[in-house]
Amino acid sequence: MQTATSHQTAGPGHAPDAGHHDPGFLTKYIFSTDHKMIGIQYGLTSLAFLFFGFLLMMAMRWQLAYPQTALPLIGGLLEKVLGSDMAQGGIMQADLYNAFGAMHGTIMVFLAIVPLAFGAFGNYVTPLQIGAPDMAFPRLNMASYHLYFLGGVVMLASFFIPGGAAKSGWTSYSPLATLADPVNVIDGQTLWLVGMVLLITSSLLGAVNFITTIIQLRAKGMTWMRLPFFVWAQFVTGFLLLLAFPPLEAAGLMQLADNVLNTSFFLPTGLVTTAGPVPVSGGGSPLLWQHLFWFLAHPEVYVLILPAMGVVAEIIANNTRKPLWGYRSMVYAVLAIGFLAFIVWAHHMYMTGMGTKIATFFQTTTMMISIPSVIILTALFISLWGGSIRINTPMLFALAFLPMFGIGGLTGLPLGLNATDLYLHDSYYVIAHFHYVVAPGTIFGLFAGVYYWYPKITGRMMNELLGKIHFWGSLLFMNLIFAPMFIQGIRGMSRRMYDGGATYFQDGVGADPAILGLNVKITHAAFGLALFQLPFIFNFFWSIRNGKKSPSDNPWEATTLEWQTPTPPPHGNFLTEPTVYRGPYEYSVPGAKKDFTPQGQPG
Amino acid sequence: MEIPYVVKPRPDTGLYNAKVGIWLFLASEVMLFGAFFSAYILLRVTAEQGFWPDVATGWPHGLLNIPIGTFNTAVLISSSVTVVMAWMALRENNFAKFRNFMIFTVACALGFLVIKTFEYKEKFGHYVIRLNDGKALTGHLDVDGKSPLFWNLAAVQEKGIETLKVQVDIPNKYRFPVGMHIPDEIHKAHTEGRHHDDREIKVSDIESLKAFIPSTHPFFAIYFTMTFLHGLHVLGGALVLAYFAFVGTKLWKTDPEQFTNRIEVGGLFWHFVDLVWIFLFPVVYLL
Repeated sequence: MQTATSHQTAGPGHAPDAGHHDPGFLTKYIFSTDHKMIGIQYGLTSLAFLFFGFLLMMAMRWQLAYPQTALPLIGGLLEKVLGSDMAQGGIMQADLYNAFGAMHGTIMVFLAIVPLAFGAFGNYVTPLQIGAPDMAFPRLNMASYHLYFLGGVVMLASFFIPGGAAKSGWTSYSPLATLADPVNVIDGQTLWLVGMVLLITSSLLGAVNFITTIIQLRAKGMTWMRLPFFVWAQFVTGFLLLLAFPPLEAAGLMQLADNVLNTSFFLPTGLVTTAGPVPVSGGGSPLLWQHLFWFLAHPEVYVLILPAMGVVAEIIANNTRKPLWGYRSMVYAVLAIGFLAFIVWAHHMYMTGMGTKIATFFQTTTMMISIPSVIILTALFISLWGGSIRINTPMLFALAFLPMFGIGGLTGLPLGLNATDLYLHDSYYVIAHFHYVVAPGTIFGLFAGVYYWYPKITGRMMNELLGKIHFWGSLLFMNLIFAPMFIQGIRGMSRRMYDGGATYFQDGVGADPAILGLNVKITHAAFGLALFQLPFIFNFFWSIRNGKKSPSDNPWEATTLEWQTPTPPPHGNFLTEPTVYRGPYEYSVPGAKKDFTPQGQPG
Repeated sequence: MEIPYVVKPRPDTGLYNAKVGIWLFLASEVMLFGAFFSAYILLRVTAEQGFWPDVATGWPHGLLNIPIGTFNTAVLISSSVTVVMAWMALRENNFAKFRNFMIFTVACALGFLVIKTFEYKEKFGHYVIRLNDGKALTGHLDVDGKSPLFWNLAAVQEKGIETLKVQVDIPNKYRFPVGMHIPDEIHKAHTEGRHHDDREIKVSDIESLKAFIPSTHPFFAIYFTMTFLHGLHVLGGALVLAYFAFVGTKLWKTDPEQFTNRIEVGGLFWHFVDLVWIFLFPVVYLL
């Protein structure tokens, strides 16, 4: 609010920051209130977490393929740092596997993908696309990032406390989560909950800020149906975060009380473990946790996917050189998703025996929500029809997003139906389904966004050859990792075994060496995927200084407003107040001089 | 470019930025407290019979002090009225009047918190005692004329106490569900208008002794969690309003419209805090 007064109007003909003192390092990079710098902060932090979460998974994959074999390279280090309880002789112990599993999920969802999709792209691009000088509440924006960072630090710190990090899955089901570490009061789960409360608060402040910005700060002429689809996706994502996260915050506070104050919110009467009766009052409900958790965590799935859809829509329109097919239908579909996302959560809970009537309700809503998702995907597919498609790295990732997300979505249908879900639920099938949506789905969409907006942020292009190597390697190995998991899951392999399923098969039930053998092949593919991320990491840092200079402020010849700013955009973004005269995707308009007509072009 | 609509409303929405922001924030707060109320309902309907003495539903009832709760409700509602009066005083350009109303509002907030603290303290010295013969009762301990806080059986044994003086609660008849048999001695004590029945209980007869703290029963867990969270909101609101009344008044001289907006936004939050209590009070005290 107050910050607005410190913003200088940069009139035409003035250097953007004329008259400003050069801000110090702290003000410019750490305590910045500029949405672009905050976007970059979010981007770098979340990419680092993405990499870290991937490393956790690599260690787990080694354990699955070669159980009871010392981890190469890092085994000794893990034993030294985390103790021999966790990694005796460099071999991953069950507790460590569980901790890595829980933290892989937590880090990837809450610290990597959401901050990258919503925090980084949302922050950097949304105000530019709607023609705003900044977010509505710049200091709140800074606070969001700092809370997110603090939450990340707490999560990372939890690896090093006695008993290790949380190890009850990213879902943290009670009573397991409360009883997993009976020795330490301040255990990994407690820090997990503290970290989650910080992350949730960060997301809530972010959501308030995003929605206010989109409602209030749209430039003159930027009507709702002229908003780029990316902005619509961010808008709905904001509402999902705003309304779905608070119940998890409530649940987190209650589980925190269960852990620290010995309350029984989620602990039933008569709870007995191997150590005897649990000394609590009981009377609580484990199902309550599941309801509150999934009330967030299902909308969270759409928080993960919608921004990626937004990115992909921008890039497809730009590289087919024609308007999105069915823009209005896509907007209504994304709104429908936003509404339906709140009433499907219990399809994660068929295994609890909730009864056929309730299950029927949630099966019905689950089938309903697939309709708007398919509308968006279909519109994007039809958008390709008849376009003169430019194949560049962002477009490759955007194109791959479509079938990959399609596979992820279609394989979700058997999980949304009670009868099939009961069989598939605890198997690798679920892992495969979910990762098809999020890994080659969302992450490909976000990679596309990195390649696409990189020239706007740095003024330089990323290397195309390295980008294409990154793309083809990633596409191949993503599929080699996740497709075999469908087979493993259908053959009944449990997704919670730290020895790769050997125990499960040992009594001859469904014993099939080929199914277990897939573990080794999947792990090889995971190492292949890691290898093909190296070109991206190199490209990302190398191109900041050495990439090909962006030929203009608008290297992709795009129509949306972010390309009508200087590169990189100065504080306050636009040199003159932008006015919008047309829709977001006016490509190849008959009679126009060029094949793109920017939104800010009069006439 | 400067950020627009910081003070003046945007013509098509009719709102300035902070007003949109606070309404969105309050929407998320509704979901936060909504989750707690949902949890309350679920815990209460799944409570098992016999899980709390004297009450067939297994859910404690009538343990909270209704007159004090009513008084606190009145305190909060008054503050909700005066915060509007403060805002209206600013619209009338009367700063002194604004400050008086604001000070009254903050005083109400602090009064509410002080009363709540005493209520908490009373609970921490109130006990549920289960005996070895299966009977159970509630009441205050009498150790040197006071009921100690946060004791349990181990603490009693540690002190070397052999016989415990207990002021056993005589339950109000409304605490008994319709059709439940009321023991004659309790009925007699009740008709005599007594609230307590002094007894001496041998410590060796006691199976467990627990204060009314969150770990004793899910009712206390949810009661303390919800009222504590609400108390934090009261405290936060009081700090913000006090800031406007004393420290942040410089803005009134430079930009009175923005200052008035801030009071409006702060007031909206304050109404919400009040509204949460208006739901909390009947749910945990009366129902």
